[in-house]
Amino acid sequence: MRRLAFIAPVALLALVLAGFGLGLRRDPSILPSMLIGKPLPAFALPAVRPGDAGLSSQALAGRPALLNVFASTCGPCLIEHPLLLRLKAEGVMVAGIDWKEPGAQGAAWLAQNGDPYVLAGNDPDGRAGIDLGVSGTPETFVLDRRGRVRYRQVGAITPEVWRATIQPLLARLEAES
Amino acid sequence: MVAEVGQFALILAFLLALTQAAAPLAGAHRGDLTLMALGRAAALMQAGFVALAFICLAVSYVACDFSVALVAQHANTAQPLAYRIAASWGSHEGSMLLWALILAIYGGAVARFGGTLRETLQARVLGVQGLVGAAFLGFLIFTSNPFLRLDPAPVEGVELNPLLQDPGLVSHPPLLYLGYVGFSVAFAFAVAALLEGRVDAAWARWVRPWVLAAWIPLTCGITLGSLWAYYELGWGGWWFWDPVENASLMPWLLGTALLHSALVLERRGALPSWTILLAILTFSLSLVGTFLVRSGILTSVHAFAVDPERGIWILGIIGLFTGAALILYAWRAPALQSGALFAPLSREAGITLNNLFLTVMCAVVFLGTFSPVFIELAGGDKISVGPPYYVRTFAPLAVPLLALVVFGPMLNWKRDAWPALKSRLAIPAAAAGAVALAVLAFGGWKSLVATAAISLSAWLLAGSAAIPLRRWWAGRASLGRTIRTTPPGVIGLSMAHAGLGLLLLGVAGVTAWQQDKVTTMQPGQSVAFAGRTIALQSLELVDGPNYQARQARFAVGGRFGSHELVGERRAYATSQTTEAAVHVTPLGNLYVSVGDPQDGGIVVRMWSHPLIMWIWTGGFLMAAGGLVSLSDRRLRLGAPARAPARVSQPVPAVAE
Repeated sequence: MRRLAFIAPVALLALVLAGFGLGLRRDPSILPSMLIGKPLPAFALPAVRPGDAGLSSQALAGRPALLNVFASTCGPCLIEHPLLLRLKAEGVMVAGIDWKEPGAQGAAWLAQNGDPYVLAGNDPDGRAGIDLGVSGTPETFVLDRRGRVRYRQVGAITPEVWRATIQPLLARLEAES
Repeated sequence: MVAEVGQFALILAFLLALTQAAAPLAGAHRGDLTLMALGRAAALMQAGFVALAFICLAVSYVACDFSVALVAQHANTAQPLAYRIAASWGSHEGSMLLWALILAIYGGAVARFGGTLRETLQARVLGVQGLVGAAFLGFLIFTSNPFLRLDPAPVEGVELNPLLQDPGLVSHPPLLYLGYVGFSVAFAFAVAALLEGRVDAAWARWVRPWVLAAWIPLTCGITLGSLWAYYELGWGGWWFWDPVENASLMPWLLGTALLHSALVLERRGALPSWTILLAILTFSLSLVGTFLVRSGILTSVHAFAVDPERGIWILGIIGLFTGAALILYAWRAPALQSGALFAPLSREAGITLNNLFLTVMCAVVFLGTFSPVFIELAGGDKISVGPPYYVRTFAPLAVPLLALVVFGPMLNWKRDAWPALKSRLAIPAAAAGAVALAVLAFGGWKSLVATAAISLSAWLLAGSAAIPLRRWWAGRASLGRTIRTTPPGVIGLSMAHAGLGLLLLGVAGVTAWQQDKVTTMQPGQSVAFAGRTIALQSLELVDGPNYQARQARFAVGGRFGSHELVGERRAYATSQTTEAAVHVTPLGNLYVSVGDPQDGGIVVRMWSHPLIMWIWTGGFLMAAGGLVSLSDRRLRLGAPARAPARVSQPVPAVAE
């Protein structure tokens, strides 16, 4: 019995070390979305680009899509911009929400840097952003064909994130019926 | 050239550390005096070569040698000289080299000044230290070499994180490391004692100065870190229960427990196996602290230079040393003599209670800090616990412990009696009661918690003052002689406990009466806040050596006197920092921090922090008390205690 008391510290240490070892694999900066696996909350946003139809949540159903939240004041958005332009050219459904600014600013920014969005809506007061749980720009949601959120990327889609996570996920979603 | 010299010095130091590990352990086992002497020589030479490597790195920084990758990543020519030197330990590789350097210095000190130790014990201590040193030097050389070259060399380097460009941060990491690494000596002593199968009063007398030598800089380092966070991070708080802060608090709590239990072991020969366990765990928690900062297992404002790869290495080092030590403990400790008996009311019992509280407090902080890791592993969500958790768990443990602090030194060793104890406690109790009444009269019933806390602090202060005073009163016939012959240890104890009282005073004041206000101000505008009027006089852009700052000048008037305050928001090439404007008085601080421009004015956030400076005064007083105690050991023991005094020499300069 007394002997056990002396062995207890080693046993505890083994538990703690195992916890640390497993814990190292997790990334504390990942913020999972509460929406994962759930349908996109309903929204209908006015147009960013003059003469455009705007963006509604229904319009995103039917095929896998990327929903990208951007703003003209956002520096990191330019990092993922070339990638989004390429995706649109490849036929991927890329939708954009111009977040927390007047649509005219977003439109001017798109005219200057190129427009990667098939569909784009303006969320001037960030209402739709609250429903989506947007914490800042850029942020990207990957949607399956039934309009459910499957992945949330906080921050720019870097080439690494694209290759390791989003590209394989999109391929899987394309294959899903 | 310089970088290559450093590289070779590091490799030689690694080989010497291996020698230092092997020779004295084998020598002690076989009773071979030559091998034991070889261990001492290896320890001294290892200290020399690690110091040479560190100097080489510092020289590369000073000379802005951007062909050294590490220099190019953490310094540029616009950075002031002092911060180029400080950048030597601002990076992962540099801070690990500093770790190894301090370890080698402690090892050298044991070799040089440990002459009065039992020969085999000294050899085994050096051997264990050599093992730890070899592990860290190997880690440096094989995974995080500070001397890697860049080809071609860049023309200009990347600046050091601006948050780290601050006088507080220049001395904060070395002090913390002096503390963390200092506990390696206690660890080595514990493992050596287990190897020898002998733990006695003499062992405790040898180990105590080393524990104290680690505890003093750690106390200073934590206090300084809290002070730095207060004025640099611009949040106006003094303790955030951030994982990295907790990482330094945990070894401090256990180190404090160790300091007390080693006292019991030294005086009465009791608690031997508990003291050994504490010595092992204290150093393990120091390693965990390093792991936390370097691995990125938790998010933290302090987690600079994060890399999971290195986390695995440090985890391996923790597993190896703690695991081996604890297995040795499970095997050898049950055979140790179980020590002397003591009555339920005695100083030994008081210190046992103190140890119990400190250990549970440490466990509470540990669980809180690592809860995100374990909750997520258990399949739960991403949850991290914040200050409310600590308020509910840590505070209820801290309050009774603080109340008990006064009892300890008043108790007699072995056994004591209630009636005598009560008469000794009468004066502190009266002081606490009087202060409680005074605070109630001033603050009313609304501040009942603050009243309780401040009277507890008065209890601590009066109780601490009573220790030397009772002694002097008893010897008042020849007062001069009594004061002269009072051992510094008694004065040190009194100072350290009084420091706790001051700390509590500050915490109580700032928690109960803190006020804050956020507003937008235009030049010429003034606002009323916490009994003062604060006017924004001017707002202009000024240039610093490597940053541009928006500088706001405020004129403050009111019943606390009038003065000027200057706050800055600094924009460095890569990021921004806030230099808060703080007006410090013993009664309380006015803290103004300047934000971003808005509506033609500027966002200003102001806090009134009553009594807050006593928090840090208390922390430094505790460290000073430790220093006074250390000088006592030197007088009584001669040679072995000179070493710790030497290692902790940087402390007084910072404490002022």
